Amino acid sequence: MSRLYDFHGGIHPPQHKDAATAWPIQPLPLPPQLYIALAQSVGNAARPTVSVGQQVLKGQQLAQLDGRLSAAVHAPTSGTITAIGPHPFAHPSGLPVETITLQPDGLDSWQPRSPLAWQDASPAQLRSHLQDMGVVGLGGAVFPTHLKLAASPLATLVVNGAECEPFISCDDMLMRERAAGIVDGIRIAAHALQAGQVLIGIEDNKPQAIAAMQAACAGTPYRVVTIPTKYPSGGAKQLIRILTGIEVPHGTRATDLGVQCLNVGTLYAMARAVLHGEPLLSRIVTVTGAVAHAANYEVAIGTPLAWLLQQAGIADTQAEVIMGGPMMGITLPDLHAGLPKAGNCLIAKSAALFPPRPPEQACIRCGDCASVCPAQLQPMDLFWFAKSRNFGKAQERHLFDCIECGACSYVCPSQIPLVDYYRFAKSEIWAAERDKKNASLARQRHAFRQFRIERDKSEKAARLAARAAEQAAKLATQAANPAAASAAPAASGMDDAKKAAIAAALARAAAQKEAKPLSEQHTSGLDDAKQAAIQAAMARAAARKAAADAAKAADAANPDSPPAATPAQTGMDDAKRAAVEAAMARATARKAAAQAQKDASE
Amino acid sequence: MNTLLLALLVMVALALLLGAVLGYASIRFKVDADPLVDKIDDILPQTQCGQCGHPGCRPYAQALASGEEDINKCPPGGEDGIHKLAELLGVDFKPFDAGAAQPKPKAVALIDEATCIGCTLCIQACPVDAILGSAKQMHTIIASECTGCELCLAPCPVDCIRMIPQGTDLTNWKWRYPTIPIKAVKP
Repeated sequence: MSRLYDFHGGIHPPQHKDAATAWPIQPLPLPPQLYIALAQSVGNAARPTVSVGQQVLKGQQLAQLDGRLSAAVHAPTSGTITAIGPHPFAHPSGLPVETITLQPDGLDSWQPRSPLAWQDASPAQLRSHLQDMGVVGLGGAVFPTHLKLAASPLATLVVNGAECEPFISCDDMLMRERAAGIVDGIRIAAHALQAGQVLIGIEDNKPQAIAAMQAACAGTPYRVVTIPTKYPSGGAKQLIRILTGIEVPHGTRATDLGVQCLNVGTLYAMARAVLHGEPLLSRIVTVTGAVAHAANYEVAIGTPLAWLLQQAGIADTQAEVIMGGPMMGITLPDLHAGLPKAGNCLIAKSAALFPPRPPEQACIRCGDCASVCPAQLQPMDLFWFAKSRNFGKAQERHLFDCIECGACSYVCPSQIPLVDYYRFAKSEIWAAERDKKNASLARQRHAFRQFRIERDKSEKAARLAARAAEQAAKLATQAANPAAASAAPAASGMDDAKKAAIAAALARAAAQKEAKPLSEQHTSGLDDAKQAAIQAAMARAAARKAAADAAKAADAANPDSPPAATPAQTGMDDAKRAAVEAAMARATARKAAAQAQKDASE
Repeated sequence: MNTLLLALLVMVALALLLGAVLGYASIRFKVDADPLVDKIDDILPQTQCGQCGHPGCRPYAQALASGEEDINKCPPGGEDGIHKLAELLGVDFKPFDAGAAQPKPKAVALIDEATCIGCTLCIQACPVDAILGSAKQMHTIIASECTGCELCLAPCPVDCIRMIPQGTDLTNWKWRYPTIPIKAVKP
């Protein structure tokens, strides 16, 4: 037994896990509709490859990757695509996202599956297979898994079975019932990553899962490590610290230190994808809280959350529902959304389980938050700076090392929703960075445009000068020719090149002389009053012209008048021409009116 | 007398030496551009819209650096921008003039392609080359490059360009400032 390490802080909230772990994983019938959002993972949303009305088979690709940081989306069952368009999404904003609606046909017929011979496959082949199968991290962050397998060779692979957050038990049940599948996944990942050792961390409040995993790991070099129950030991950095003693410093990734962390659910999905050719079509979801049948359900991706809660016997259909755990989860604004790949747990709130949070009071700087912060930050300082919108200072205090675990909000005696302030500050900083990036792009493009205009101008001037020089040279040779013909050998002393150079210089001088009066003309003379008068006259003329144009446009639009007037213009049809002319007339009249008004006001 | 002369010589030699060092440094470490202009330019939103009365953001930054212009002339920068400029330049915050242009939500231009006659006037007006097209061909806006400066609206002879306000989606959605929900109290 190797030594275990401890991470800073942490809390021990009530577990509330027993209600859902009393039952084995429950299968569910197919829902009447599936709403499969295209933005299932971190990164770009996938691009649909199917069209409305198309019949699809179970496992068929519905949307393909868009770039490296993206994962494919598949049909969880066979049926018909009935819509592709915006639909509510399981996100705190409640904003609709592009979603594929699938009407199941009830046959659940598979498309041909193609497993991957992973032992012979190269790591790149394995990664592209996982990307095509839409495997993403099921621990909550939905980071595409193929990107996590790129860091080989690796000293330690940490398998995350800690599941530290209250209420959630989907990983616990998966380990109890499908330990062999998880170990298959570990085998594949360890092979791809060339991992030196594999450590499986499970909290000691899951004895059955530990026993099942130990039995499945018998005869393998993988070690199941029982760790003390403490929130948030399931955070990647915290679990790595507990199992290996390595602290991942600020600005460093765990893979830089030779450690990678994968969730048990992800490994199971990886095993299904590689050994059976099954894309990620369903996941285990803990449905608990104020429901009649709290349990872990195997749910197809895209299942409407309201329907899922009904199946679990939700008591109060108006109750607020949390997706994720009570510490880090989000309150869902719209239950019509389909289950996303990230949805590990649904908790129906009740007043008994979640008494309303008392109103926020002033920070008394007691320091309780700092003593529980697993990232060893100073939450009261971050709160202070986030509240006063002093984001630069918050960033200096390493706001972005905050994992939003909620331990500080949990212990705060003033009931300050600290994490809400950090999320607010983070999204404001991201927005500012986006603006900054756009601004620097605009600056570059503007600078290039100015450079281009200057360059075009100088090129044009050079062209004109060259042409003038050519002309001058021609004249010079014409003049010199008769002289040469009259046999004057002295003239040959001046060779052609020199002659051309002189001619060019003359031409340049001429061009300069010509350019000067023009620019002077522009800048000099014309006092303001005169200019205004000219402008007014121009405006009057424009208005007159606009009126004439309008009349002409009206004529053109009039079907009685014969179109014989312009037989040459056959390209544009009359209707469009009339529309364009009318639009032009309108625009000119408007501009003339605006100009006249301006002149009048001046 | 000798001591006095020596002291004088030493002081003169020192002055010459230090003067030479300073003179060399002023040539060797010469700062070409005013760094303040760059700092101001960093704050400005780079829409290049000319609403400040200057032909672009950098000329406005130069005017600000030389103290010729007020800090409240940039509507796209918003009040945040004025606050930042006030902090950088050490002057008091100044709200937008009542009659002047006010900040408005970010928008992106859109060309009605059925009406566009391909006159290229908007292409010449665009300060960031965000319009694609050529003579007598339909033009279109590259939305990701458009700064929403509205400079293309005026030259269009057929009024076929509209500004489309940018909505919120998952990529630019922001968490709100935490507030205490207000509940109706029964009388």
